[in-house]
Amino acid sequence: MKTGIEVSHSLLRFLTCGSVDDGKSTLIGRLLYDSRLIMDDTLATIAKDSRKHGTVGEDIDLALLVDGLEAERQQGITIDVSYRFFGTPKRSFIVADTPGHEQYTRNMATGASNSDLAIILADARKGVLTQTKRHTYICSLLGIRHVVLAVNKIDLVNFDQATFDRIVGDWATFASDLGFASMVPIPVSARFGDNITQRSGNTPWYRGPALMDHLESVDVDQDTASKPFRFPVQRVNRPNLDFRGFSGTVASGKIAVGDGVVVAASGQQSRVARILGPDGDQATTAAGEAVTICLADEVDVARGDLLAPLADRPDVTDQFAAHLLWMDEETLPPGRQYMMRIGNLWTTASVTSIKHRVDINTLEKAPAKKLDMNEIAFCNLSLATRVALDPYVENRATGAFILVDRFTNRTAGAGMVDFPLRRATNIHAEQFLVDKHARAALDHQKPLVLWFTGLSGSGKSTIAKLVEQALHAEGRHTYALDGDNLRHGLNRDLGFTDQDRVENIRRVGEVAKLFVDAGLIVLCSFISPFRAERRMVRELFDQDEFIEVFVDTPIEECVRRDPKGLYAKAMSGAIQNFTGVSSPYEPPENPDLRINTASDSPERTAEIVLSHLRGLIRAG
Amino acid sequence: MDDPEVGKGAILLTPRMRQLEAEAIGILRETAASFRNPVLLYSIGKDSSVVLHIAMKAFAPGKLPFPCLHIATGWDFRAMLDFRDRRAAELGLNLIVHTNPEGLARGINPIDHGSQVHMNVMGTEALKQALDKHGFDAAIGGARRDEEKARAKERIFSHRTAGHVWEPRNQRPELWGLFNTRINQGEGMRVFPLSNWTEFDVWDYIAAENIPIVPLYYAARRPIIRREGMLIMRDDDRMPLAGGESVEALWVRFRTMGDWPLTAAHESRAETIEQVLRELRESRVSERAGRLIDKDQEASMERKKREGYF
Repeated sequence: MKTGIEVSHSLLRFLTCGSVDDGKSTLIGRLLYDSRLIMDDTLATIAKDSRKHGTVGEDIDLALLVDGLEAERQQGITIDVSYRFFGTPKRSFIVADTPGHEQYTRNMATGASNSDLAIILADARKGVLTQTKRHTYICSLLGIRHVVLAVNKIDLVNFDQATFDRIVGDWATFASDLGFASMVPIPVSARFGDNITQRSGNTPWYRGPALMDHLESVDVDQDTASKPFRFPVQRVNRPNLDFRGFSGTVASGKIAVGDGVVVAASGQQSRVARILGPDGDQATTAAGEAVTICLADEVDVARGDLLAPLADRPDVTDQFAAHLLWMDEETLPPGRQYMMRIGNLWTTASVTSIKHRVDINTLEKAPAKKLDMNEIAFCNLSLATRVALDPYVENRATGAFILVDRFTNRTAGAGMVDFPLRRATNIHAEQFLVDKHARAALDHQKPLVLWFTGLSGSGKSTIAKLVEQALHAEGRHTYALDGDNLRHGLNRDLGFTDQDRVENIRRVGEVAKLFVDAGLIVLCSFISPFRAERRMVRELFDQDEFIEVFVDTPIEECVRRDPKGLYAKAMSGAIQNFTGVSSPYEPPENPDLRINTASDSPERTAEIVLSHLRGLIRAG
Repeated sequence: MDDPEVGKGAILLTPRMRQLEAEAIGILRETAASFRNPVLLYSIGKDSSVVLHIAMKAFAPGKLPFPCLHIATGWDFRAMLDFRDRRAAELGLNLIVHTNPEGLARGINPIDHGSQVHMNVMGTEALKQALDKHGFDAAIGGARRDEEKARAKERIFSHRTAGHVWEPRNQRPELWGLFNTRINQGEGMRVFPLSNWTEFDVWDYIAAENIPIVPLYYAARRPIIRREGMLIMRDDDRMPLAGGESVEALWVRFRTMGDWPLTAAHESRAETIEQVLRELRESRVSERAGRLIDKDQEASMERKKREGYF
């Protein structure tokens, strides 16, 4: 029995991108309409909607077939990636429709990451715009190999060949260096169907294929099956003691029962004993298949590991260089830690340095200290663990990663690995026999950090001084680190921008760690306004070594006290980026201690801190 | 799993179907690996029957690592409930059935209160109750992007804030297959393994894999009332006949499942899967035309989603 789909029937995923009003939605509506995929009741609804929201007078507005959400239909724009499905007897298509406004570049990257071909629209009346270049560049960055330039609304320039040729020339100047395997410009009218499903009599000078012909015939085979075998382990399947398999989807290459494999990060080797596919045992498996692999030996394998062939292994590193597209409204400061997902592995990572930002309109490189939404930069990243990866140009599946904000869980960045940084592999931690426990034992005390956070003028340093005096009197070895003092020495190169605040706290954290390692009780008084950095510091220490003390003095009280006259200057605008006035303070959610200086005297609050400490600092 | 040759239809899966199957398996495994307490929403329709079938493959030779949840409204077709219980027994499912107890006590029903109130109380509210009661943090459903325009932008992993609210402007971009499955306390995720399937794909797959579905999808002579141009099957006598209405025995089948007073049949003689496929390919009417609940207002699906409807 036949169900109308041929066995050779293949699937092409493509995206459409262009500026507002270039006619993307109309083009997709036209493709759906011309492939007779629109049902009668849907057409009737669209005809009714066309009279209500449509922008083309009495005709059916094909864009309404795809502009889904109520809000955007009322505004007449597309605000998010939407996916459409249509097919012809030769091929099935999944179309990612991506918006064109500047602020939605991230959506375009999303569509591109899941596509093999891109249709970039240009309005024949406007030619190649900044966004056209931007979209072309993002397509190349995301590894799209095949692009179509659809010069739309060609009817509105009287099907003029010279106009078309000029636009194609402008575009080719920009795009020909971007490494596309095919670049096909087509003059079209999405509204009237010229050169969509068949060549139009209105453009006799055009000798290329109609859009649909091209989509049906273009060969986008990435040949993932011929690349080295890569299998990111997604889940360990262990239903009973007799079965232990590793489930996942083959990212590239192929493998057979009996072949040798290595767990990339650990270097442990084994052989493939069984391959279970959707319908049971199979002898081989290749890219794209969801299988469960059993190994011949008991090796340590967990979700996030990568299986690879013995002869062709991925890089294993905890530092690499990558292109990063920033997607979050909150700016990226280098040094801040994010959750990173690469393959099926989650780890923490930070951008250690931004080498340059890429101006996506001119492709010029510019220095940058931070990264804002929709910006792209070439960066170095540092990870908490060693991971297996390949350069993105060699393997999209093992060279791509996302960064996730640790507090909001928003997907904040999307990255493409360029190359591992070798220096990570040559620096090995030295182990000394005298460790912090030995040093602390001499002093009969437990080393730890008291971290005082709060607004300027909240009383952090005052309380810390009293606590330190009392500890010293008890014979404890202490050291106090203070924001103002460190900024005169170690941190004198830092200012008060968000990026510099992050770096300031990172250094303080590392210094405090050394002192704790030396066996001391360290008192740190820093505004430390961001949760992310306080958490970063906390994670440098063992769980019982870090005590966060929130000196919770209301801003009104701090302004009233203003011991250094700083609030007055900040409010007059004489000081920029002043916490609580022109720069945010994120209060701790679960501090170990919360101090109220409005109700208690400094001596009383110091006593509260000390009584909390006394139980902890006696050497165990 | 069974021997590959056993229980399979006569049709081989195309490369495209294999690709969609592999994608769905990956999404199901991702859900099991990433969430504390996932659940499969089993609506008994063809789509969730396909999800269930693929889930059995995804975790073989183990069992499903999560329970199945059916939200019973009190107005499900009797044939659906029979089918549900039979499949649960055959597959050894951990099946949870939940009905909104307050709605039940207040006697909420589609005939007196209208489809909107009924679906809101007995469907949407009931689902939220069940998710809260069991602390489920990921709910797997059979929704597809091709079903309706508002669904075309749906993520595969669709984030819900505490309180089950879907924020259209706050959904996470999904790049490559690198799903961001991280959630904070109280938040949840809806997961759609069939996002990239079309209605035809679902039917082709059911045919190729010989997946059991509710008999209502096949034509039979059934007791039908004609009301406002719709053919409604009178599954029991709770629906009073209006003046001039009568019950006729008509050859009909259903294209979607739901509550019987809200789900229209169409006349058909398609008694086998092959005949159903042929009928679908000749049809010029969309799947949701048979759903009375969507007709209440323009863009109604988007509003329902914001309220927490699947």
